[in-house]
Amino acid sequence: MTTTRKRSWSGRASPGPDPSVTPGEFEIAAARLYREVWGRAVAALTRTLGDLDLAEDVLQEAWIVALERWRADGVPSDPTAWLLTTARNKAVDRIRRATNLKSKERLLVESDSTDPLAEIPDSSITDDRLRLMFTCCHPALSIEARVALTLRTLGGLTTPEIASAFLVTDTTMGQRLSRAKRKIKVAGIPYEVPPDHALPERLASILAVNYLIFSEGYASSSGTQLVRRELCEEAIRLARLLVAFMPDEAEARGLLALLLLHHSRRMARLGPSGDLVLLEDQDRTQWDRAAIEEGLALVERALPLGAGPYLLQAAIAGAHAGADSFESTDWAQIVVLYGLLYERAPSPVVELNRAVAVAMRDGAAVGLDLIDRIRAEKSLERFHLLHAARADLLRRMGRNDEAAESYERALELQQSAPERRYLENRLAEVRNRSSLHTSESGNP
Amino acid sequence: MRYLMLIYGPQWDPSGASAEQMQAVMDEWTDFTADVLKRGVSDGGEALEPVATATTVRVRNGERLTTDGPFAETNEVLGGYYLLNCDNLDKAIEIAAQCPGARDGSIELRPITEFGDDYQKEVMERAGLAGS
Repeated sequence: MTTTRKRSWSGRASPGPDPSVTPGEFEIAAARLYREVWGRAVAALTRTLGDLDLAEDVLQEAWIVALERWRADGVPSDPTAWLLTTARNKAVDRIRRATNLKSKERLLVESDSTDPLAEIPDSSITDDRLRLMFTCCHPALSIEARVALTLRTLGGLTTPEIASAFLVTDTTMGQRLSRAKRKIKVAGIPYEVPPDHALPERLASILAVNYLIFSEGYASSSGTQLVRRELCEEAIRLARLLVAFMPDEAEARGLLALLLLHHSRRMARLGPSGDLVLLEDQDRTQWDRAAIEEGLALVERALPLGAGPYLLQAAIAGAHAGADSFESTDWAQIVVLYGLLYERAPSPVVELNRAVAVAMRDGAAVGLDLIDRIRAEKSLERFHLLHAARADLLRRMGRNDEAAESYERALELQQSAPERRYLENRLAEVRNRSSLHTSESGNP
Repeated sequence: MRYLMLIYGPQWDPSGASAEQMQAVMDEWTDFTADVLKRGVSDGGEALEPVATATTVRVRNGERLTTDGPFAETNEVLGGYYLLNCDNLDKAIEIAAQCPGARDGSIELRPITEFGDDYQKEVMERAGLAGS
C-alpha cells in the first residue's frame, strides 16, 4: 500500500495538519485507519441517528478527539467502537442543545432508551454498510453525486481527495456532497436495502457507480497517478464488500472479477514514458497473477448463476488474462462471448469489439468488412476507437494510405495523451511504409 | 413524509375514443385511486381539466396580468395530482411506478415543505380559526 502520501484526513472541521511537517508513523497509521473505519462507523451511526449529515459531522469531531487521545495513549483495540461511542455522545449533546426541535427530542428519547450503539455485532455493521450503499447510489441522485457520496461515505476519501480525482475545486466537490446529503434528507431517501422487486434497478446503479469509480481511475482522464490508482483499489474494495453482502448476485461477482482482471494489467499497460502499451505488446510476466486467478475463479463460479453484462465482460477479460501470449488467445471463445454480450446489452461498441475479435479469428479482411458495416450505420462515426481499429486492420493488410487516413481521423477525435502518442507512432509508421512503397514502385 | 405526486403526460384527447375505451381508462385510474386509498398513503388528489381551460395570473409592479393558459411549449402537461403520505421516497416511488400515468408520461415526486405544528397554529390564529 502506498499510503505514505500526506492526507488531509483531519477534514473540514479542523485546521488540518501543518503541511510543513512530514507525516510520522502515527499519521500514516492514522490515515490508513481512517479509511478502514470510516465507512463502518458512518453506516452504523447513520442507522442510529437516521441522519447521514449529522452522523458524518459528529464522527469527524470524534475523529479529531481520537487523534489526540490515541497519539498519547495508543490506538484502542476496537477503534470503531471507541469512535462510535464518542460520536454518539457528541450527537446526544447536539440534540440536547437543539431541544426546541420536536423531532430531535423524539430521537433523543429513542436513542436513550434503546442505547443502540452499546453492542453492535459485526454482521449488523455489514448490513449497515449495504444499506448506506443503496442510499448513496440511489437513482434519485445525480450520477456525479452518487460517485462522490460513495467515495466519501463508504470509501472514507476526504473531500479534497475526491475533488482532485475529478479535477474540480474542493469547494465544488464540497457543494456537490452537501447538496446530495440535503436531497437525501429532504426528499426522504431511506437507509434501506430495497425489496426484491426493486432490486434490479437499484443494484444496477450500485454496480454502475462502482464501475465509474474504477474507470475514472483506469482511463487516466484526470487526476494524478496515485489518486487514480486509489480510485481503482477503492472500487475493488467496494465490489468485494458487495459480493460479501450479496453472494447470490452473479453480476456483483461479475463486476468484481472484471475489475480484478483489468487491474491485473496495471503494471504492463503504460510504458516507461507513460505511453499506452497495447494488449498485444504487453509484457505478460508483469500481469498480477493473484488478481487473475481470483478473477477467473469468480467468473467460473458465477457463470452458472446467470450471465449478465458484467460477468460476460469479465469472461472476455479472463480469456485474455488466461492466454500465455496474444497469438495463443482463444479468439473463437472471445467472439462467442461478445456475441452473447451483444444479445444482453446491444451496442455498436460491443459490435466493434466483436469485429476486432473476428479479425483475429478469421483474418483482417473479414474483420474490416464487419467494421465497415458498423461504420455505415454512422452512430460510431465520432468514436475514435472505430477509426483506430479500422486503421490497424488496414495496416495489417498493407493498405498503408487508407490506414494513414483512418489514423488521422482517430487522432482528430482522441484527446488522451498516451493514446494520441500511440496513434501518432502508428501513423508515422504507415506513412513511412507508404512512401517506401511509392519510391520502390516509382523506380523502374 | 408527505409528497405531492404530480402527473405529467400528453394531453388526453377523448374525442377519438369510444365509450369502451373511455371506460377502460377511467377504470384504470379508479382502480389506482382505490388502491392508494386502501393502502392509506393518500391525503387526496384530483384530476385536472385540459390546459386549454387554464388561466394564468401574474402581478407585475402592482398591476394584474391575467392570461390564457400556460404558454410553455411542452408535450407533457400537468394532468392531475395525488397528495401522498408515506414513510420515505422509496415507498413513494413504489406508488408512482404503479400510477397509470407513469406509462405514457412522467411522475414528479416533490417533498412537501413541513413548517411544523407551531406554524400551523400561527396560521390558524391569524385566520381567526384557532381553538375551533
